[in-house]
Amino acid sequence: MYVAVKGGERAIENAHAWLAEERRGVTSVAELSVEQIREQLALAVNRVMAEGSLYDPDLAALAIKQARGDLIEAIFLIRAYRTTLPRFGASLPVDTGKMACDRRISATFKDLPGGQILGPTFDYTHRLLDFKLAADGGVPEAATREAVPGDVPHVTEFLNHEGLIEEAPHDDTTPPDLTREPLEMPAERALRLQALTRADEGFTLGMAYSTQRGYARNHAFVGELRIGSVPVEMDIPELGFSIEIGEVTLTECETVNQFTGSKSEPPQFTRGYGLVFGQTERKAISMALVDRALRWEELGEEDEGAPAQDAEFVLYHADNIQATGFLEHIKLPHYVDFQAELELVRKLRKEAGANSVREAAE
Amino acid sequence: MSDYNFAYLDEQTKRMIRRAILKGLAIPGYQVPFASREMPMPYGWGTGGVQVSAAVMTPQDRFKVIDQGADDTTNAVSIRTFFERTAGVATTTKTSEASVIQTRHRIPEEPLSEGQILVYQVPIPEPLRFLEPRESETRKMHSLAEYGLMHVKLYEDISRHGHIATSYDYPVKVEGRYVMDPSPIPKFDNPKLGDMAAIQLFGAGREQRIYALPPYTQVVSLDFEDHPFEASKPDHPCAMCGAENSYLDEVITDDAGRRMFVCSDTDFCEARQVAGHTGTMNGKDAA
Repeated sequence: MYVAVKGGERAIENAHAWLAEERRGVTSVAELSVEQIREQLALAVNRVMAEGSLYDPDLAALAIKQARGDLIEAIFLIRAYRTTLPRFGASLPVDTGKMACDRRISATFKDLPGGQILGPTFDYTHRLLDFKLAADGGVPEAATREAVPGDVPHVTEFLNHEGLIEEAPHDDTTPPDLTREPLEMPAERALRLQALTRADEGFTLGMAYSTQRGYARNHAFVGELRIGSVPVEMDIPELGFSIEIGEVTLTECETVNQFTGSKSEPPQFTRGYGLVFGQTERKAISMALVDRALRWEELGEEDEGAPAQDAEFVLYHADNIQATGFLEHIKLPHYVDFQAELELVRKLRKEAGANSVREAAE
Repeated sequence: MSDYNFAYLDEQTKRMIRRAILKGLAIPGYQVPFASREMPMPYGWGTGGVQVSAAVMTPQDRFKVIDQGADDTTNAVSIRTFFERTAGVATTTKTSEASVIQTRHRIPEEPLSEGQILVYQVPIPEPLRFLEPRESETRKMHSLAEYGLMHVKLYEDISRHGHIATSYDYPVKVEGRYVMDPSPIPKFDNPKLGDMAAIQLFGAGREQRIYALPPYTQVVSLDFEDHPFEASKPDHPCAMCGAENSYLDEVITDDAGRRMFVCSDTDFCEARQVAGHTGTMNGKDAA
């Protein structure tokens, strides 16, 4: 016998309880602490901070725990929390030239002022499963060295002295805020960079990779990749001067890309830029490549119709919270629209059937 | 949930949304961009509708949520619970008692009255989107009232299928000016959009758009003189309440593929049954 479906509320409650149980896993295994996630799954924490647009390792670690390790779900939790926070003001622009670098490499110069610092990287590890890790967590102590004091100049500056690379024009206008204004096209570079820094890592990587394989190739050299902490300063109106309010770890990538030139302009290298919260170098490099591809118009390049050149395509599809929500909404009931389609298809089939019978008779 | 403001959103955000709503009401059918916020529910699950409801809600309101016409579908329950928690407003399942109704994919069968607000959840606000994927282009087409492409699409439907092959999300023209997406309601509901006594607000969260129909607005479903618009529904009465003129869900009742048709609007159907109306399968197993 048909009874109109009831009990949605109880079903939801039960589902939540079951989910909580599954999240915890078997209770004979010790529960994971937020501190453990923050310290030992730091790259996951970094990704969640970057794409969640909120620099808070503890909250990101909590989100990862709550999301059962589903990083997009964790990013969603952070975004939904972030949007409720009051805004006290804006920091001054951070100066990455003052970065205390853990890692700093250039692929364009063998050596350079400030030196090459390999840092804590997977780059030259052999990807062999380390079964010792499954048994005990003892680690050998890493060698240490005094940090070299002083600023670390940017590689692109050296090129700029000779005029070999395009000038990055100094701009003091307040950039638009993607989280407070709707994204509208055409988007200027500051807005594009804002969208890219919080864009899905996988999407950005795929877009960047497509440029390397010839869909709007822009031949990128990693002029410099640096990871480290920078002080964040804020103007305090009551004091009349700025004070340091904290530090953030950032990954910055500057690419030196294929040159352009014209009859009036001698050939010059061009730039792509990536800046992302945390140690997130795959994302920062990807961002720099996509940024460069999106600049085709201002650099007078040809529109090849490549996906990575298409700002509307890239920016409207790069946000994984928007994408996952809309993708997954097709799980919701669609009885009504489906019923309308059913009726239509039945009607069209009936008419098609009647027509073919008539044709056979004729 | 005392950490959050009334109806979750902060007052500044609500003001921003109200401005967009007012602009939408002033230019019926025009899509107003707004700075949609991340909500604690996923994009695509009614975040636009939730933000609009939050912006218009007052503590005195009585709130109803339907999804596919029903008050008890899981997402409708989830949204209703959200406002019970964050706004503490009274809720109801009775269409006539509600002052704000949030809906997905249906317009209630019972005519709405002045003073009521109907809030639609909208997935893709742009009626031209599947004809032209670029937002920069579609905005230009709207500003020039350049709707030829839409008529070509409808014409191609007729030449291929003999009918306009759009059964829901059927485009309308508002006050002779803007072509508007009515959200994925079945075209059966389209005639209710026009000349409605209630305010109709449309919220698309992910796409960051709000649009509106003030009361008694002229809304015309697009058609051709020789292929007039027809509001269709399954050709059955409701098996529970016997209604002949309500939109129906098809329910498969057994492995042999037997089926029955029941009202998609659960409040309408229950009210009729309480009033003594009955259908062929009320209280009986499917024959």
